[in-house]
Amino acid sequence: MADIRTNIGGLSLKNPVMTASGTFGYGIEFADLVNLEDIGGIIVKGTTLNPREGNDYPRMAETPSGMLNCVGLQNKGVDYFCQHIYPEIKDINTNMIVNVSGSSPDDYAECASRIDALDNIPAIELNISCPNVKQGGMAFGVTTKGAYEVVKAVREAYHKTLIVKLSPNVTSITDIAKVVEDAGADAVSLINTLMGMVIDTERRKPLLSIGTGGLSGPAVKPVAVRCVWQVAKAVRIPVIGLGGIMNAKDAIEFLMAGACAIEIGTANFIDPAVSVKVAQGINDWLDQHGCKSIKEIIGAAL
Amino acid sequence: MKKYAKDLLVAAVEHPHQLYVLLKLTDTQPLPEMRPGQFVEVKIEGSPTTFLRRPISINYVDRANNQLWLLVKKAGDGTRQLATLQPGDKLNLVFPLGNGFSPVKRAGERVLLVGGGVGVAPLLDYGKYLKDNGAQPIFLLGARSATDLLELDMFERIAPLHITTEDGSQGEKGFVTQHSLLKRDTFDRISVCGPKPMMVSVARYAKQANIPCEVSLENMMACGLGACLCCVEKTVKGNVCVCKEGPVFDINDLTWTI
Repeated sequence: MADIRTNIGGLSLKNPVMTASGTFGYGIEFADLVNLEDIGGIIVKGTTLNPREGNDYPRMAETPSGMLNCVGLQNKGVDYFCQHIYPEIKDINTNMIVNVSGSSPDDYAECASRIDALDNIPAIELNISCPNVKQGGMAFGVTTKGAYEVVKAVREAYHKTLIVKLSPNVTSITDIAKVVEDAGADAVSLINTLMGMVIDTERRKPLLSIGTGGLSGPAVKPVAVRCVWQVAKAVRIPVIGLGGIMNAKDAIEFLMAGACAIEIGTANFIDPAVSVKVAQGINDWLDQHGCKSIKEIIGAAL
Repeated sequence: MKKYAKDLLVAAVEHPHQLYVLLKLTDTQPLPEMRPGQFVEVKIEGSPTTFLRRPISINYVDRANNQLWLLVKKAGDGTRQLATLQPGDKLNLVFPLGNGFSPVKRAGERVLLVGGGVGVAPLLDYGKYLKDNGAQPIFLLGARSATDLLELDMFERIAPLHITTEDGSQGEKGFVTQHSLLKRDTFDRISVCGPKPMMVSVARYAKQANIPCEVSLENMMACGLGACLCCVEKTVKGNVCVCKEGPVFDINDLTWTI
């Protein structure tokens, strides 16, 4: 049994596998199908200061080795989360992390500060990279100025582990990562989805309701590994890797590219227990390769 | 109701029609509790162009033989791949999912079950349940042509069966909403599954006749568990997941123009 514990700044994880926001609900939806406490961390659905209805249907399209979505941050708002959902998930014995989104630095900060007050939420993941909303979301994550301002505002309002989720839809992801680090983030996670489109040839129109959507799944994995590898070399804070991870071998690529932990997203739809299988698979790989600790492979390819 | 992710064994494969395949699945253990109108998410192996699971309604649960039946329309690469399965193969299911049709509300209630195309599939299991639990189901099934009607022998064994075909090759000619049954008979409630235009027109009939009506939707979905929020339907309560809050909805909760 290798030691697969890892850290994201001050946050300890029993294993490096977390579930990605928007693909695992609040965890409880999967409770019949996987032991939630065997997952290193669960990043729950994107939460905003005010309730959001999200975009119209259709919100998804299957694509070669992946899928597009344009859900648009549908959620009932942070107050509903604190009053009704938090009591349901607070005793799950793993890191329950809330993904936070917004449309201005002030409402990101306000949303974060309300979650700061919840004892059993040890971290937030700040979503400055959602491609599916008109205001905010990715708008902050594609310029160094926007990214710095929103992370700075949240850093002043939030006192626990602050992870910032980055968009790959930029000219230089390392430039964004560096300013996010300067603004006080404890870690960065990457990548969010890549913007894409599918045309419905019968209707001669984009298939998704808002035209574009975010691409996820194995199709994006090489892009994600490249981004992690570049960012891990550019910043000193921990990097969390995600994008198309389907199995332990995929996860190990991210770890070797410099990620200290990983997130699994779309794969949860194919195998609801994939996160636990990947954690076990990392352990098996380390054993087979004579590694005593996961630390021996983190950044090995840098 | 507890959900499971497990491999079931293909016990039999029938090809009732060039466009459809009937898979009869079994397990070494007794199959779990399932409600009529619920569905399964099937993992597709061996189809490089298929990435996500496919949601398929529960056609019939044969407890005596411990079988779960899936009637699948070959609509694309994934479902065509399912049609190549052979007895002895394994199929991974996440199930049972969704809410299912309404339980029996009172003994003797007359429930009209209207189906079109592959939408007839979940009505077989529901009709059996209604009959076994003291209600009176009546089937009204529509198809393009006589050769498109499926599992008629099974439906006939359960309850009175009425048919319309668009070309008049079997039953009455026309659409289900034109069947003479609707003019001469009354029902306590109606459940519908089929193409959306058919469901809308049945919903319109039900509303005008002041009969409670529920419909089973099939929006495109990914997770099947209410986690990804892709399959939403607009309702009087806002956008809700068809996979979790549905697939069966009271027509008064939808925002359809009827």
